[in-house]
Amino acid sequence: MDKGLQSEGKMIDVQEMIENNKKKTSIGERIEKIIPFFLLLCAGVSVLTTVGILFTLLRESIGFFSEVSIVEFYTGTSWSPWSGKYGIAPLIGGTLLITLIATLVAVPLGLMAAIFLSEYANDKVRRVIKPVLEVLAGIPTVVYGYFALTFITPLFQTFIPDMGIFNALSGGFVVGIMIIPMVASLSEDAMNSVPNALREGAYGLGATKLEVVFKVVLPAALSGIIASIVLAISRAIGETMIVTIAAGATPNLTFNPTESIQTMTAFIVQAATGDTTFGSTIYYSLYAVGMTLFVFTLVMNLIAQYISRKFREEY
Amino acid sequence: MNKVIEEKANINVNQKTRETNGNQEGTVEKTNSIIEVNDLNLWYGSDQALYEVSMDVPQEQVTAIIGPSGCGKSTFLKTLNRMVEMVPIVKTSGSIKYRDQDIFSSKYKQEYLRTKVGMVFQKPNPFPKSVYDNVAYGPRIHGIKKKEVLDQIVEKSLKGAAIWDELKDRLHENAYGLSGGQQQRVCIARALAVEPDVILMDEPTSALDPISTAKVEELVQELKQKYSIIIVTHNMQQAARISDKTAFFLNGELIEFANTDDLFQNPQDKRTEDYITGRFG
Amino acid sequence: MLGQNEQSIKKRMEARVAANKVLMVLFGLATAVGLVFLVLLFYRVLTQGIGYLSLDYILNFPAPYPDKAGIYAGLIGSVFLMIIVATFSVIIGVATAIYLEEYAPQNKFTDFIRVNIQNLAGVPSIVFGLLGLTFFVYMFNFGYTLIAGGLTMALLILPVIVVAAQEAIRSVPAEIKEASYGMGATKWQTIARVILPASIPGILTGAIIALSRAIGETAPLIIVGAATAIYSLPNSLLAKYTVMPIQIYNWTGRPQEEWQYVAGAGIIVLLAVLLLMNSIAVLIRNKYQRRL
Repeated sequence: MDKGLQSEGKMIDVQEMIENNKKKTSIGERIEKIIPFFLLLCAGVSVLTTVGILFTLLRESIGFFSEVSIVEFYTGTSWSPWSGKYGIAPLIGGTLLITLIATLVAVPLGLMAAIFLSEYANDKVRRVIKPVLEVLAGIPTVVYGYFALTFITPLFQTFIPDMGIFNALSGGFVVGIMIIPMVASLSEDAMNSVPNALREGAYGLGATKLEVVFKVVLPAALSGIIASIVLAISRAIGETMIVTIAAGATPNLTFNPTESIQTMTAFIVQAATGDTTFGSTIYYSLYAVGMTLFVFTLVMNLIAQYISRKFREEY
Repeated sequence: MNKVIEEKANINVNQKTRETNGNQEGTVEKTNSIIEVNDLNLWYGSDQALYEVSMDVPQEQVTAIIGPSGCGKSTFLKTLNRMVEMVPIVKTSGSIKYRDQDIFSSKYKQEYLRTKVGMVFQKPNPFPKSVYDNVAYGPRIHGIKKKEVLDQIVEKSLKGAAIWDELKDRLHENAYGLSGGQQQRVCIARALAVEPDVILMDEPTSALDPISTAKVEELVQELKQKYSIIIVTHNMQQAARISDKTAFFLNGELIEFANTDDLFQNPQDKRTEDYITGRFG
Repeated sequence: MLGQNEQSIKKRMEARVAANKVLMVLFGLATAVGLVFLVLLFYRVLTQGIGYLSLDYILNFPAPYPDKAGIYAGLIGSVFLMIIVATFSVIIGVATAIYLEEYAPQNKFTDFIRVNIQNLAGVPSIVFGLLGLTFFVYMFNFGYTLIAGGLTMALLILPVIVVAAQEAIRSVPAEIKEASYGMGATKWQTIARVILPASIPGILTGAIIALSRAIGETAPLIIVGAATAIYSLPNSLLAKYTVMPIQIYNWTGRPQEEWQYVAGAGIIVLLAVLLLMNSIAVLIRNKYQRRL
């Protein structure tokens, strides 16, 4: 029936076989229709996760605020849940202190590293150093906590002898080390995407590399750099293990970095490891603190996204 | 089932074919048209790319489509097996009939059409699989699983694409390791494996060196014994060398469609003449 | 007049060039700081832990005495946990990526899923712990078990896997997709036979990197109740379990100095596992890059 095959006297006819197989394809067609639904269902898991997070934080927080007034929670300055004092200020203060120290460490170091890698280092150096620097971001935080407690704190104590074992300084410092690669990597990407034509224009006028960096590259990459810093800050706010291990468990509204403090995250760990009964006020307070933490990081992430979206439009 | 279709097609003999028998040894059967295009319009979103194209593609001949870039020739080719619809904003009007069946009809399956109307692309695009798996791809997706059958199909298709001798000992090597010309002939073999009726070729030699190009051109000549071939080319010499009929497209319109010799030696339209004499394009 | 002017220009020029050099050194040093701390960290962990690292340490359960304690329960627990995490997160993550790249219509809901995944990646891990506590531990009533921990961690790394899989799928050349459709393949046939095989190396690399993040995670597992000391291996999905980071955390927190060495040894084991996983990822990536 089909030409060619017959003339060759062939024993197989592919089109005929396809024709015959078509009868079986009704199953295939059904699969073809079911699969997108299955995939959509899987894609829904990420949405459900978000819904689940919002649901649990809101519901348990509302439960908490029915026992402790929301005004007291956000205006009180004493956090001592085991004696019924729920003013979150010391936890927020502790979180901010850690974040501030970490930012002071990571932003200058990360930015300078980004400038070095993007503008000064040759390709070979960059290809070695960038991945090695990124190893810093892959080390488990519990390891950093160990490092802060057993190495950085004793090191700092040799300079500040009356500093305690648990203190904000070494915790914040090590968080800063951990987020260096975030600042460096993302900022370097932003600097790299500055068109070379801009640099060449400045070199043509006799500018030194340094002048090109400060007058051309940094301004052009500014939004990308800021986005990277905001993301790094968000990471520092949510960091848990380093501060739990090294910064202590003393809710303490202070800006003295040598004192022991407690962050929001560290409180959640502390309360979860202690004998917190399901349904108790302390149990609910976990979620109220978690909710506050979530809002902090969400706002940071949204800012970063907003900035980097604007940044993408520039070129 | 196929017989019925063919008979139907016979009733339709030459109804719309504008050309009488050309320079072919031309039996009547040879001038049967296998694809009939009527008043085809095509839009990408709001940009119209094809205007009122009507054309009957003859069976078991080589039809070349020429024209300057952006004239719609590739779009037209991809409309014939509905590959053009991979761009979601495409809209069409008019009709295309393959063996008298409306390919735009909702009952007509794209997948079925494409086993009948195969395609070879501009850039050699083998899968990152072995030569064997590349050629066996089509039969496999259409449910042929027996190894002996697949072995036969692979051998026959590679022979059909004149590359069996070169590759028979390398069947299980990755096709990415082959030269560009070999890759393109594997792609042709892949298209042959489902034994289509029509083979669409979209500038199949534009990415190849002259020697590989010559081999593919030779192959096209052989293939037309069994297949109807439609080949888009930007190379007028190529069209003149290998095709029986040539269509000239300009700005989305079919300007002229004639026997290749006639079109090149005695173009009826001023624009065709300008193009083939190299005044533009 | 002219000479003077030239001289002052020259002077300023020298100053500018000098500033450039000084700052270049400074930038280089700043880059080195991160690397120095990396070296210090490795050095510190090695010198503290190596003395306690032995076959016994790897094969011992936790014990009340530093010289008897081992990481066996944590090591095996981590492996079990990773099997659960990988199963759920890879299946759901890859399916999500396929949906987004190949099926999703361009509409608000699709945009929403995309933005949502991006935002999930920025949620602190401890918040995922709270999610797991509410749903898996209490609502589904799994309690403090392997499955509760595994599901929590699977959700945590899901965004990473989705993004990696999306990139891998996107990098499959359009030409070979066309080739498949041109042969009369259906969408799913094209995905299953062409797109997925071609993107598997990228997906694997991304999945391993995501899992290596999960294997070092501590905070969410503390919240969903991984045990600090267990004396048998988990024998079902609903068994109690511990993982390496939890054991390390527990030892680090003890006041006697010997426990720091025990913790150090645990960190060496953990880092060795991470190194192994990342090496595999790099190997896959290199092999893949050579081929395409």
